[in-house]
Amino acid sequence: MATLSRKILNWLDERFGAGSVEEFLRHKTVPVSRHIIWYYLGGMTLFLFIIQVLTGILLLLYYRPTPNDAFESVQYIMTQVRFGWLIRSVHSWSANLMIFTAFLHMFSVYFLKAYRKPRELTWISGILLLFILLGFGFSGYLLPWNTLAFFATKVGTEMAGSIPGIGKWFLVFLRGGEEVTGATLTRFFGFHVAVLPGLATLLLAIHLFLVQRLGMSVPPSVERAIAEGRTAQRSMPFFPNFLLRDMIGWYAALGALGGLAAIFPWELGTKADAFAAAPAGIRPEWYFLFMFQTLKYLPAKILFLEGELAGLLVFGVAAAVWVLVPFLDRRIGFGRMTRFFTGLGIFMIGYIVVLSALALR
Amino acid sequence: METPDPTPRETVQPGRRWVNLLLGSGVAASIISFIYPAMRYIIPPPVAESASRFVVAAKVGELKNNSGKIFKFGSRPGLLVRLADGSYRAFSAVCTHLNCTVQYRSDLQEIWCACHNGLYDLEGRNVSGPPPRPLETFEVHIQGEDVVVTRTT
Repeated sequence: MATLSRKILNWLDERFGAGSVEEFLRHKTVPVSRHIIWYYLGGMTLFLFIIQVLTGILLLLYYRPTPNDAFESVQYIMTQVRFGWLIRSVHSWSANLMIFTAFLHMFSVYFLKAYRKPRELTWISGILLLFILLGFGFSGYLLPWNTLAFFATKVGTEMAGSIPGIGKWFLVFLRGGEEVTGATLTRFFGFHVAVLPGLATLLLAIHLFLVQRLGMSVPPSVERAIAEGRTAQRSMPFFPNFLLRDMIGWYAALGALGGLAAIFPWELGTKADAFAAAPAGIRPEWYFLFMFQTLKYLPAKILFLEGELAGLLVFGVAAAVWVLVPFLDRRIGFGRMTRFFTGLGIFMIGYIVVLSALALR
Repeated sequence: METPDPTPRETVQPGRRWVNLLLGSGVAASIISFIYPAMRYIIPPPVAESASRFVVAAKVGELKNNSGKIFKFGSRPGLLVRLADGSYRAFSAVCTHLNCTVQYRSDLQEIWCACHNGLYDLEGRNVSGPPPRPLETFEVHIQGEDVVVTRTT
């Protein structure tokens, strides 16, 4: 076995230069410090993304994206297809865990200031990937064509429609018409299985290339300690040392997914009916709850703006600031500016947690 | 001391400038001619609005006093309410906030949107929560056994 892999490596080296494959693998190291736990989150998110691709392909074998068939086909997967309940529940659970680990990954990168020069573009590609994941969540939520998803999609697309200028065009583009109908389902299916996977693959390739090229960031506090001679610079090779540790986490995640899917299979709800009232207790996926709850508190008019437009504007500005943080937080580790951004991050987490909790009340 | 650049500076000749301009605008025009149909394609053709100005929303006696019913008015939902005194009111059931479908709450004797907790009174006026405008109201007539709802405008 060892000689076979040796032979394959030699075969590749003869063609691509001496030791190029090993060199590529050896180039990447992971800084060892007390913050190392946070370095597992990107890999975990990637692992869950791969689970999504695999279970998504399996779901495609039975799913039918039309308003007459969608709900029934998911019902069929859940009740008739052998292990269909497992595949669909793993897809749903993994989607939610993936968004959770992506958020954790983002906040850990944020607080460890890993976005600072030269990794600005890594940060931006990561945030864009998170937006794509939210797009996956929003479009995938509608696909079972149940009541909750139907109204969540109405509200979500209507909000997109309140963007000044292009709102109306954007709403019709998203819905495939003025209303949420079968045309919307067909479009969302296309976004979910073709457009977004394409964009995600491209961005992921850029993100991983940048991580490979620039190496992993050492937190500023550790960097300072090294500079002052209080500690030595320590690192471990990514391959195989860190990857093997990663894989233990992935194995545990697989176990957790199986367990969650078996004990809490994902609900299907009732089939969407365009001519029924929105049911009580309606709410979107948990990662949109803080925005949903904000909408509830906004009055009809704020100054001269409609309430939801004002909310959208604030969220838009916050998202723009968040994307541009590497360019705003320049003097890392010094002065008030960097403390302001740490405070901003804590405020964001606090806002998301408190508003989400209020929505669940 | 700087060594002189061995390659001669490129001088753009007037003829070359014209070729670049023509080539560039040709490519730009062809790209636009590819993008334009694609942009038009992704916006679906408009659906003809339901021409009908009235609809049979319910049968007489179908609704108890102090209750409501969603009915289909063209491509949109409407809400027929029978008040406690037995009279009828009809509204568009589309919440003016974010497009959810409202319902009649017999316990509050008001119209409620479950999505963001918006409330309207029985004239369709937005009284609390986020809705920015009143609900569109329709006229209701009884014709024989039918409760007929008519668009006013």
